[in-house]
Amino acid sequence: MMAIIFCLGSEKKNIIRMVMAVGALAILGTAVYVTLDFLAQREAGDAADFLFRQDIVWYQSLNINYSVGVDGISVAMLLLSSVIVLTGVFASWGMEIQTKEYFLWFLMLAIGVFGFFISIDLFTMFLFYEVALIPMYLLIGLWGTGRKEYSAMKLTLMLMGGSAFLMVGIFGIYYFSSADGQLTFNIVEIAKNHAMPVDKQLIFFPLTFVGFGVLGAMFPFHTWSPDGHASAPTAVSMLHAGVLMKLGGYGCFRIAMNLMPEAADQLSWIFIILTGTSVVYGAFSACVQNDLKYINAYSSVSHCGLVLFALLMMNKTAMTGAILQMVSHGLMTALFFALIGMIYGRTHTRDIREMGGMMKIMPVLGVCYVIAGLASLGLPGLSGFVAEMTIFVGSFEHTDLFHRFFVIMGCTSIVITAVYILRVVGKVLFGPVQDKHHESLTDAVWHEKIAAFGLIIAIAGIGLAPLWLSDMISNSSIIMHFMK
Amino acid sequence: MIETLKDYYSGFAIMNQELTLVLVLIFVLLADLFLGEKGKKNLQFAAIGSFALATISGFTVSFGGSQEAFAGMYVTSDMHVLVKNILNIGTLLVFFFAHYWNKNENRNQSGEFYFLTLSTLLGMYLMVSSGNFILFYIGLETASIPMAALVAFNKKNRDSAEAAAKYILTAAFSSGVMLFGISLIYGSCGSLYFDEVANAFQGLPVQILAMVFFMAGMGFKISLVPFHLWTADTYQGAPTSVTAYLSVMSKGAAAFTFLCILFKAFHNYPEIWQNILWWIIVVTITVGNLFAIRQKNLKRFLAFSSISQAGYIMLGVISGSPLGMTSTVYYIFIYLFTNLAAFGIISNIENQTGKVGMDDYNGLYGTNPKSAFIMTLAMFSLGGIPPFAGFFSKFFIFAAAAEQGQYLLVFIALLNTIISLYYYLLVVKAMFINKSENPIPTIKSDNMSIIGLGICTIGILILGFISPIYEYMTSISFGM
Repeated sequence: MMAIIFCLGSEKKNIIRMVMAVGALAILGTAVYVTLDFLAQREAGDAADFLFRQDIVWYQSLNINYSVGVDGISVAMLLLSSVIVLTGVFASWGMEIQTKEYFLWFLMLAIGVFGFFISIDLFTMFLFYEVALIPMYLLIGLWGTGRKEYSAMKLTLMLMGGSAFLMVGIFGIYYFSSADGQLTFNIVEIAKNHAMPVDKQLIFFPLTFVGFGVLGAMFPFHTWSPDGHASAPTAVSMLHAGVLMKLGGYGCFRIAMNLMPEAADQLSWIFIILTGTSVVYGAFSACVQNDLKYINAYSSVSHCGLVLFALLMMNKTAMTGAILQMVSHGLMTALFFALIGMIYGRTHTRDIREMGGMMKIMPVLGVCYVIAGLASLGLPGLSGFVAEMTIFVGSFEHTDLFHRFFVIMGCTSIVITAVYILRVVGKVLFGPVQDKHHESLTDAVWHEKIAAFGLIIAIAGIGLAPLWLSDMISNSSIIMHFMK
Repeated sequence: MIETLKDYYSGFAIMNQELTLVLVLIFVLLADLFLGEKGKKNLQFAAIGSFALATISGFTVSFGGSQEAFAGMYVTSDMHVLVKNILNIGTLLVFFFAHYWNKNENRNQSGEFYFLTLSTLLGMYLMVSSGNFILFYIGLETASIPMAALVAFNKKNRDSAEAAAKYILTAAFSSGVMLFGISLIYGSCGSLYFDEVANAFQGLPVQILAMVFFMAGMGFKISLVPFHLWTADTYQGAPTSVTAYLSVMSKGAAAFTFLCILFKAFHNYPEIWQNILWWIIVVTITVGNLFAIRQKNLKRFLAFSSISQAGYIMLGVISGSPLGMTSTVYYIFIYLFTNLAAFGIISNIENQTGKVGMDDYNGLYGTNPKSAFIMTLAMFSLGGIPPFAGFFSKFFIFAAAAEQGQYLLVFIALLNTIISLYYYLLVVKAMFINKSENPIPTIKSDNMSIIGLGICTIGILILGFISPIYEYMTSISFGM
């Protein structure tokens, strides 16, 4: 698909968009097909850790393989990514400057994301991880708004800083991956060998966890996130907050905690404190922001903090909740950023003090915004409720004082979330119109409606029928692994 | 008597590449003499063509195991052959980029340019294949003295003369320091053959002093901090093609030789030089990076970037393992394509507009999208961003250091890659994001540099995915 677009002239914007839309639809179709096939094979009793395995030897002397496969968690992430890529394409339909280059970088980002979720080999995974990071620089720097150059540089350097930690962690894992000298990058084999001494785990676990934690916007490494999200163009914010930040949580889980479980157990208290702080700190920060995108970026910090927080509880319910939260937050934050982008495209301001009464002017966008807000604050029937409920139920299984304290602190974030969501809804959507010029604005056009409705359907779908998804996730062997 | 003579001449049998190169050298010299003023155009094709043939013929050489000649004075193996082939490829690419410059500005001296460049290449060959400190020193000088002439090639340009003066003075000084070290080695070990030095090396203070002097001398050649001070001025003043040659070939050959000598002559006491090298790597990478941030002239910028890259190359050396050698050679190989791509663009633009400032590159994407694209690839690859080749070479070189438990060093180097990414992105930012009142006009490149840039681009894009190259290097590399 990338090749097709590359071959097209840059003048043919409509054709490029069509190719993107058809391609993204094909990706979504594939993802749905993979999901159905996956469920069918599990139904048929195939209990292997990963299905659809494919291994190609790459660098033999270092035992690097191009090795892919999916389990329940990857399938969930694939579905999420494909929905967001598709809606992202529609959300950036109006992109007029250098359309071809924009979509090329956008695709590279998508390739990195998909590759990351299906990799089983640490090297391949790290490769895709970095492939996903670098297009962000140009996407934000070129097509962004506001202080775009500063934000783009800050984001890229902080995330690369994270990957520096990560790379050391990966080397540590590799050189202690096996007791008998046959070193491997394969995650499944490393987990099976379980050869790393605990004192080494205590060194490399924090490095790996922090490395991914930077991308997961863990306090105090979250500062790239608000600036980056605020400056990025709409679809990039969607993909970034919706999917890319999930790479962090996914990596913490799949690599750091899965491969170094003893260290995870011993050191979880440090990271519970940090992630607990991000949950509450993000929520409070969101309450005082005036820029719509900043509000959402801080809300993402809070919600992604919750993902890591739940993972560190290390029991089945909380971990399932964490993955559900990844999916749910991915969808609703993408919806938020899409809507903000659409509103900004009309009003040319994101300052909530300058807006008001939007519900009258653009009812469709307004209703969608309310739905996104309700999902974010956990209204039953929408995806946010399912995820947060599962997380807190799981977290309450710990009865000691330390965990109780932080779980209760985390729970307060639900209330704070309600505060900042309702504040925005009240100020922007209702109340008097602040700016006379806004009265002449139009409502959503067709491609914007596709983007918004697609995401809402997914959010409501998960909210109403969460069982198949949570079963698929919780039956993954990796979660079972922590039950011991 | 006859037997000795036979032995003597059979030594030449394994010097195929050197002999071929000497033939090309003589051919170029004679061609320059006989073709005269009118034949300058043909001379270029004769030089490039004959050298291309020599490059191709280099790939047919294969020895299986290690071979030596002249009682161990000259050693070679498949690894040495490969390194020489890599140097050949790089030199050929430099010739492609220099073609336009030789055709116009440097028309009168184009014969000398080819002759001198090939002479330095011959010196590097001997240096790489040396089994004795004497041959090593001869090779080194054969490589450096014509290099000084090359740096001074823009006769009317004061910068060029200044650069050459700095180069020749530091080169002479470093040779002196190194010779002093070598003489101490001879005094305390009783031999100059690497194997015998290794046996006689007992870690006595005088021997360690000798080794330190030797390392300091090498540090000048590879431009490791604190011996790097000549680099920026020389790179800036020299003609761009020469700078490209200096930054890749000279550095690569010296780094490989350094590795060979450390592995062969000093392998009994590795912790001594590893400790020294540890600190040298840390300061080299850090200082190179920090100074690169402030540079506005792209040639100067790439000079500091190449200092820090030299530090990364040393990560493979410090490991002392076969993996270290593989990753060092692989790094040099990838670095060649990447850095030459960058220099190719710079030299193209400098030749046609005379601009080398980073600010001049503002808005380059608007006027010269292809050049900007290749430059971006080169910058990303230098910064170690996947899926470009630089990522793979960096990964392997870090893997080599981590294999020896040098996690702290790897971590410091990785943090430095963030700094380096910052300034590489500054170039990308200038080309793509910054607006310019007066951008570089659309330039039309000549065919030769298009071929060269094409080869570099393909190298950057696909080399990382072709694992057989790396596997071949693994199969022929050796450790301490």
